[in-house]
Amino acid sequence: MALTSRAVPEAPPIDWPSQIYDVLRANAVRHVVHVPDAGHAKLIRLCQADPAMRVVTLTTEEEGVALIAGAWLGGVRGVLLMQSSGVGNTINTLSLVKHCRIPFLAIVTMRGEWGEFNPWQVPMGQATRPSLEAQDIVVYDVTAADAIKDTVEAAAKLAFDSTQQVVVTISQRIIGTKAFKD
Amino acid sequence: MPKANAGTLDRRAVVKTLLSNRGDMLVVTGLGGTCWDCAAAGDSPFNFYLWGAMGSAAMVGLGLALAQPSRRVVVVTGDGEMLMGLGSLATIAVEAPKNLAIAVIDNEHFGETGMQPTHTGAGLDLAAVASAAGFPTTAVATDDSSLARATGLIREAPGPVLAVIKVSTAKHPLVMPPKDGAYLKDRFREALLGKQAVA
Repeated sequence: MALTSRAVPEAPPIDWPSQIYDVLRANAVRHVVHVPDAGHAKLIRLCQADPAMRVVTLTTEEEGVALIAGAWLGGVRGVLLMQSSGVGNTINTLSLVKHCRIPFLAIVTMRGEWGEFNPWQVPMGQATRPSLEAQDIVVYDVTAADAIKDTVEAAAKLAFDSTQQVVVTISQRIIGTKAFKD
Repeated sequence: MPKANAGTLDRRAVVKTLLSNRGDMLVVTGLGGTCWDCAAAGDSPFNFYLWGAMGSAAMVGLGLALAQPSRRVVVVTGDGEMLMGLGSLATIAVEAPKNLAIAVIDNEHFGETGMQPTHTGAGLDLAAVASAAGFPTTAVATDDSSLARATGLIREAPGPVLAVIKVSTAKHPLVMPPKDGAYLKDRFREALLGKQAVA
């Protein structure tokens, strides 16, 4: 019997940046602060196009922890978008949201974790979860695109409804090389 | 040998003047000396004191200023704390909040760790750094008349404003505000946003 092409059509790729944007909107997140990463490029564009959101570019990631804390003092919710390398920059400043019990949500695109080509990214990529756990931050790892929406939704609820400090990491398995061709 | 400190103003008197008749001003302090200075000027639920997270005061001020655009937000911090957050001056300049002012109480030393000299004593001009970053209004106060002008800018001028106030290294008694961060945060939010903010 001759080989034929598969009868089952491939599912369209999941537009997870749009899903994250929708979750942020639904949770009344108004400040989107970031040091950019290619994996976050589409989400940043979506937020920039939304007049209800204030997108702030930072010079280093710990600025974002402090900005989110100050905005919460003033009654506004924020999210920090960053690459895993930036997690290392935030460690002492996370004391602020941890000790003051300020809701904190960050979404981290991973490097140095799955098939990385740049060895300089590996130490911090491998240290991302243990570093955050050392600061008693809740970490949700996502390794499949179809789990991103639910995970970010759960993280937002935990952060804002239960006043926790939560980081969602998005694996290089999902981001792959696609984001770098964009 | 470090150079002699340029400042002669008394930090406690400077901060007391800055925060007197403060109206609806919201205050964020740095850690260490400026935290004690603001407590000595009179505790308020509208003061948020940083006891740690060094380098964060200006960015906490930015977040608060963006969230509360109708309120004046004043960050009172030291030279060492501001130097640790130099990048935040770039971010604040780009965001350009009209209601944010930073007062750097500059004694040219790390006061809490044994009075080691900071970069400002070696000539670094934080007002010039802020100006180069894009702050529309900056000032350096070294005596009573320049202090009066700087105080006016901090309280009234369209932001972002950064004023460096050169103070002496004279020692003052420790005056400590509450240090539990969750309490300080809830107290601030309740005073600003109402009871439902801490429900």
